[in-house]
Parts: sequence; structure tokens; C-alpha cells
Amino acid sequence: MANHPVVKLENFGKVYVGSEVEVHAVRSVSLEIQAGEFVAIMGASGSGKSTMLNTLGCLDRPTSGKYYLDGVDVGTLGRDELADLRNEKIGFVFQGFNLLSRTSALENVELPMMYARPGMRNSEQRERALKALEQVGLDDRASHHPSQLSGGQQQRVAIARALVNQPALLLADEPTGNLDSSTSIEIMGIFQSLNQRGMTVVMVTHELDIARYTQRMVVMRDGRIMRDEQVTNRLTAAEELQKLRQEQQAVQLTT
Amino acid sequence: MINATTIRIATRALRRNTLRTMLTMLGIIIGVSAVIAMVSIGQGARAQVEAQIASLGQNVILVMSGNVTRGGFRMGFGTAGTLTLEDYDAIRREVIGVNRASPEVRAFAQVAVGNQNLNTAILGVSADYLDLRSWPLRGGENFTGQDVRNANKVALIGKTTADTLFGDSDPVGQIIRVKNVPFTIVGLLGAKGMSMSGSDQDDTLLVPYSSAMKRLTGGTFLRSMTIQAATPELLDNLKEQISDLLRQRHRIGADRDDDFIVRTQQEITDMATSTSKIMTILLGSIAGVSLLVGGIGIMNIMLVSVTERTREIGIRMAVGARGLDILLQFLIEAMTLSVAGGIIGIVLGVGGSRLVSSKLQWPTLISPESIIGAFVFSAIIGIFFGFYPARKAAQLDPIEALRYE
Repeated sequence: MANHPVVKLENFGKVYVGSEVEVHAVRSVSLEIQAGEFVAIMGASGSGKSTMLNTLGCLDRPTSGKYYLDGVDVGTLGRDELADLRNEKIGFVFQGFNLLSRTSALENVELPMMYARPGMRNSEQRERALKALEQVGLDDRASHHPSQLSGGQQQRVAIARALVNQPALLLADEPTGNLDSSTSIEIMGIFQSLNQRGMTVVMVTHELDIARYTQRMVVMRDGRIMRDEQVTNRLTAAEELQKLRQEQQAVQLTT
Repeated sequence: MINATTIRIATRALRRNTLRTMLTMLGIIIGVSAVIAMVSIGQGARAQVEAQIASLGQNVILVMSGNVTRGGFRMGFGTAGTLTLEDYDAIRREVIGVNRASPEVRAFAQVAVGNQNLNTAILGVSADYLDLRSWPLRGGENFTGQDVRNANKVALIGKTTADTLFGDSDPVGQIIRVKNVPFTIVGLLGAKGMSMSGSDQDDTLLVPYSSAMKRLTGGTFLRSMTIQAATPELLDNLKEQISDLLRQRHRIGADRDDDFIVRTQQEITDMATSTSKIMTILLGSIAGVSLLVGGIGIMNIMLVSVTERTREIGIRMAVGARGLDILLQFLIEAMTLSVAGGIIGIVLGVGGSRLVSSKLQWPTLISPESIIGAFVFSAIIGIFFGFYPARKAAQLDPIEALRYE
């Protein structure tokens, strides 16, 4: 990896011009995320974290300041170039999974490669999609449709889809928001293991116990960064999962 | 970018709502099949008329007696009796560039063979008449110029008349009585079919015009003349020569209308086909309107589809689809709809016109042009009416689209 940071925000600001008032969603934020980091962006609703995520994900451009993604100045790019950048450098994982229904898991994972430039042969797409599914432990469910999968499995398909183009940055928007606690820990485990293998992960969440699986916490309020610190008492998904299982067993024993 | 995958995506999206897809296609199916069926009926009618006119002969000019207006009613052509045999002789003598010519005298009379009799059209013509009209003989021989000069009692018998009077036996050499005058049948005519006015041209007896005048009609008035130009280029010049000559002979002043009609074959063709041309255009445009309505149906359903699938569009954009990718996706979908509808419509249209020609005995003509035209037009409709919804999809904001419930 080059010596520049994956994410570099310089005095980033975002203003939404409404019919009556201007909303300053983010005011002059500067932030650097190095390759291989695992960052949680936290904040209450209205704190500007969604705007941060949309900008980091190249879905939107800053109104002031600069955003460099992997060394590329995003602010100067047009719609098509932003699309290409999303395709090449970013993997999205959403709260609501956002899989295409009535399309198999495998085809969902193939989706980003369909828009890759230059294009790829179908056989290569299939191969890479299967490999990505294998990484999240779902290669045996490749032909299942989203409706035939559990929430956790659907989110894993979404992660496989995010990984398939080998992005520089994996962005997750409340990835555990729709999941129960043990499935949430499993998903965090996947993120942790991906991060261990060098993937840069940025996750937006409002849950503190989920943020504790990451390395670094960025807390936002009213469009500004309030705190930016390393996670001290970091949780490991494998351990937590074991603990949870034991607790559940204990409950079952008593009842 | 249009490849097997994009087409597979389009067909899958369409299969998701089979009923809706079928109903949307129905507009195009009805439009295309109507266009094909209507145009084939119109063209069939036209081809039939053209074939009938071609049966008049080649490079032919028709000269007819003018109309008589009697009590406010205009009688049919030839009723005025203004053309005479002398006019015919003058044309043969003075007009340059005539290849063949024949006067026509017509009478309806009873003909009898043995105890069989029937009413038929007796046509008095010259010996050139068969060559003029490219009318083949099936048996026997044509009468000769000698027969015409001598007003001999010889006749050529039409196929229908021969079948009625003689059945299977050979009519050549037999005697047929026309108004009790015995004529010798010297030749049997080949089948000529229906005339433009729908009468059976084979229900006839051809005799030398001299004989017809002398023994059947009396007088030297002609119904019409058929004149063949030596080359097609001469037709217009010939027409002028004939008009001038006849005006002079009939002493018609410069300010008065002709008492005769001169028409080249081309003019007759134009007149006769103009009706069927108008019919074809009329039917075709009615069918075209229904095709247009079908196209609007496609646009409507594609707009609904874009709204329904806003989230899908957002997902595709988030993983890197450009506006153009989304545009093409929906455009291909609309085109698949209209082209599939077009193909089904072509099949139904061809089947429909076959049915019309077999059940109603109408002549139909399915030209490859109308099939290709219908196919291309339905594809264009898909592009045209699919473009607006597709562009709407392509211009969605990915953030809004992803948030759409």
C-alpha cells in the first residue's frame, strides 16, 4: 500500500440547502484513516455521521474542504467517475442488507463485477463471487435467494458483495442494526478477521458495545468530531460469542 | 454493454410480473398484428387490381366513347356511340407508332348449341385482339384478317361459355347459333379470369368486328378501341396524336370537351390503384395509432417499474453502476417488451391475414417489407417510449434511492 492514508478529510463540511434554512450537517472536520485500521464512527442521530458515511462512500461530494480517497481528490469528480470509484475502491454494507430479492446469493455477489471496467468474463465473475462467499462461510448457500436466508446470512452475503472487487475501504452503516445479539457478534467477528487480514473497515454505529469490537472510536456531535481515541478495552468476537453461549446455556439449565 | 447478461436481467425482471408484462405487450401485439393484417389486405387488393390491368395487354391505350348524361344520370362509358369504324380506320391510317389495334363492338345475345342456350357477351374484335391482350388459345386457331374483311361467321369461344355449352367435348369445329345465325367455332380461348369490374372475361364469344356489326349490332358504332404502342416511350405521344385526330374528325372546337376518352394503361392503373392505396393508408394508420397507444402503455408500465425498483437502482448505483448502465438496463427492458410483442404480433398478423384470405376469399399479400417494418417500428417504439422512464431511473440520486422504502 502506498504511504498515503486511505481516507483523508481536510476541513470537510457539508451544507444541505433546504427551502428555508441551510442545514450544516458537518462543519469543518479533518480526519485521517490509515490502511488496515478498524474505525467506528459514533454519534446520535443528527450528529452528521450519516453524512460522513455518504461522503466517505463517494455517494456525495463535500460542499467545502477536501476528501481524498486512496489519494484521489473526490471533490473534483463527476457522477460517472464517482460511480467508478465506488465500484473499484469501496465496499458497502448496509443496515437493511440491501440485497436484490429474487436474485440468488451468488448473483448478488456478482453484481459489482457487472459494472467493473474493464469488464470481466462470466466465468471469472462466478469464480470470484464463490471465493468471496467462501470468505464469509456461505459458499454452500450460493444458489439461495435472500428470502431463504436468515438475517445474519443475508448480511454475510452483503459483506461478500462488498469484498468481491477487493476494495480499499469497507464501509458499514449500522451493520448489526437489524440483527440479534449473537448474530451481531458473529458479523463483528467477520469484520475483525477481515481487518486482521489487512482490510480497512469504517463502521457507523450508535451502539457502544458494537463499537468496542473496533480499534478506534470517532465520536461526533452536531457535525463536529468530539472525541477520537483508540479503543482500550477491545472485545474479541470469538470470546464474546463463547461467553454468550455459556450464559444462554445457563439460563436454559435453570429453566 | 448490451450482452447476454443485460438481456437476461431484463427478461428476468419482466418474468417477475408475468401478467403485467403480458398486458403491456398486448398493446404492441394488437398494434403490430393489425398493421400487418391491414397492410396485407390492402396490398393484396392492389396486387389483384394491378394483375387485372396487366391482363389488358402491354403498352396499351384505350379509346372509349364518351358518356351520355340522360335525365341527370351519367351512363357508363361507350354509351354515347361517338366512335365509329371510320375513326378506327383513320387512326390506323394516320397515327404513327401503332403496333397493333382492335376495335371493340359488344352485344349481349343468346347463343345456342343443340338444345343448350345461354346469354353471353359477344365481342366483335380484330384478328390482332388476342395478341394485344396476350390472350392465349387453348385449341384451334385465331380467325384471320381475311375473316374480318369478309365478315365471316367464325367465333372464338371463352372457357366458361365452352364449359357450359359443350361440357367435356371439344368445341372447335362445332356450330354455335348467335341470334339464330350459325357461327363456326374456330378456336377455344384460354382462361383470362375476372375483369376489373368483376365480370367473368371467359364468359364470352369473340367474333370478327365486321361480322358483329353486320349480323348482331347493325351500324358502325364502336364501344371502344384498344391500341398498342410500338414502344412504351411512345405511349404519351400516341395518346396525343389520337386525341388530336379524333377532335378533328368529330369537329370539336377548342373550348369544348372531348366526346371520347383516351387512357393509357398507366393512367388506368393509377386510377384503379388509388382507391386501394387510400384504403391501405387508412387501415395502416388506424393500426399505427393502436401501436402508438401500445407504446404509451409501455412507457406507463416502465414508469411504474422504475418507481417500484428505486431501491434496486440505489443498490446498483452504490456498487458502481453508472447512469448509463441504469439507463441501458431499463431501455433494454422496454425494448424486450416491445420487440417480444412485435414478434408475437407479426405471427398473429400473418396468421390473421391468412385466415382472412382463406375464410373470406380476400386476396392478401404479406410483403417482407411490412414484416421488417413492423419489427423495426416496434423496436423503435420500445426505445422511444422506454427512454423517458429509463432516463428518470438513471438520474436518480443514489442516496435518495437507497433510502426509498
